[in-house]
Amino acid sequence: MPNAVRLFIGSRKGAWTLVSDAGRQAWRLEGPQFLGHIVNHIVPDPRDGRTVLMAAKTGHLGPTIFRSRDGGASWTEAKRPPAFPKAREGEPARAVDHSFWLEPGHATEPGVWWAGTSPPGLFVSTDDGDSWESVAGFNDHAMYWKWAPEDGGTPDGALLNQVVIDPRDPAHMYLATSTAGVFESTDRGGDWRPLNQNVEANFLPDPYPEYGQDAHCIALAPSNPDRLWQQNHCGVYRLDRPGERWERIGAAMPAEIGDIGFTIVPHPRDAQTAWVLPMDGTDVWPRTSPGGRPAVYRTRDGGGGWERQDGGLPSDQAWLTVKRQAFCADQADPLGLYFGATNGEVWASADEGGTWRELCRRLPEIYSVTAQPL
Amino acid sequence: MIAVFVPSQLTSYTGGASRLQAAGATLDQVLDHLDARYPGLKFRVVDEQDRVRRHMRVFLNGQAARDITARLADGDEVLIFGALSGG
Repeated sequence: MPNAVRLFIGSRKGAWTLVSDAGRQAWRLEGPQFLGHIVNHIVPDPRDGRTVLMAAKTGHLGPTIFRSRDGGASWTEAKRPPAFPKAREGEPARAVDHSFWLEPGHATEPGVWWAGTSPPGLFVSTDDGDSWESVAGFNDHAMYWKWAPEDGGTPDGALLNQVVIDPRDPAHMYLATSTAGVFESTDRGGDWRPLNQNVEANFLPDPYPEYGQDAHCIALAPSNPDRLWQQNHCGVYRLDRPGERWERIGAAMPAEIGDIGFTIVPHPRDAQTAWVLPMDGTDVWPRTSPGGRPAVYRTRDGGGGWERQDGGLPSDQAWLTVKRQAFCADQADPLGLYFGATNGEVWASADEGGTWRELCRRLPEIYSVTAQPL
Repeated sequence: MIAVFVPSQLTSYTGGASRLQAAGATLDQVLDHLDARYPGLKFRVVDEQDRVRRHMRVFLNGQAARDITARLADGDEVLIFGALSGG
């Protein structure tokens, strides 16, 4: 069975692709495209296999969205990129600094895309990303300034960093923010409520608030969309709906590794399996590979236990940082895993994390890696 | 007409040209005129709250300007630069 994959790599200085052969053995690096642009996310549309959207800005120019209808070979700019409405009297004037996350809409809604921005904002397009509308249900929610305070922290700006759609119901959505944690909507974004029970925020006076957490990364288990995984600023969590209370499954990680990190990747066919990429969260929070020895950790029992997978990864003096959007899986069997580091290295495993190989190095600081089956 | 200079960061919109002519009685109108010819250009320079973006610099007849309602007259000059930033 052919398992060829294209990886879209977004970096602080442009976009690249890595394309594999059918066996995922030979890889070809192509690019750069948009050299010098700050590319936060590049996302292929699984519904048509040819549309790709890119969230970009530059050090000088404002944020925009580029669109491709030919798999990333050529690009045009969105006619109306995400932008907040004009400020109302007495409210701070919000302007999108950058689009951070792009999410294809539900399988039954071709042409629909969602975007999350910094400062936190939710936007929707119904024309394959050409024009975007502010989603009032979040951006103008009565609680917005509580959920997204102006001094919201986060080094590169407060984020609405993820949108997740229930594959069974396009009206059922989740989103993640760096300022208030996870939210749920059951009316296609018309209204939102916090979903953060038992999730720690150890940087606030109340360490278990209703909202205020920093949800680095959330993911539905594709084979059981009632299962949510979360890599939070403070640890790794799992939530089985209709439950409301997250369980800190990161507590089962080895103590010397901890459960701090930016990313979590679920197995597309096994709801008990997921991977995390731990970062050092001790003392001043280096957020590099613990001990300078990179590894992924896999659970195969829903977070009850974790096993270290570091075959082929450097065994010493490798201080990698892997950000929120830079760890992903393909759909192949056995599953391929990929991550890009801020030092410009891209690593791949074609055997579900068992062994790793470096695909390229010396790219600019990598922000995102996404995989498209070919 | 207003003489407009755009920096290298914007010449992907203008077909490589950096010296342009545009019509308008305010900076906003000049940018709108340019945006009609070069779609997308204005939003890269001015945000949705009508503020010149932080890392862009605009000069009207040699004077720094941040207010896009500033008035212009025939023969005036608008210079747009990328600020010293980044790395």
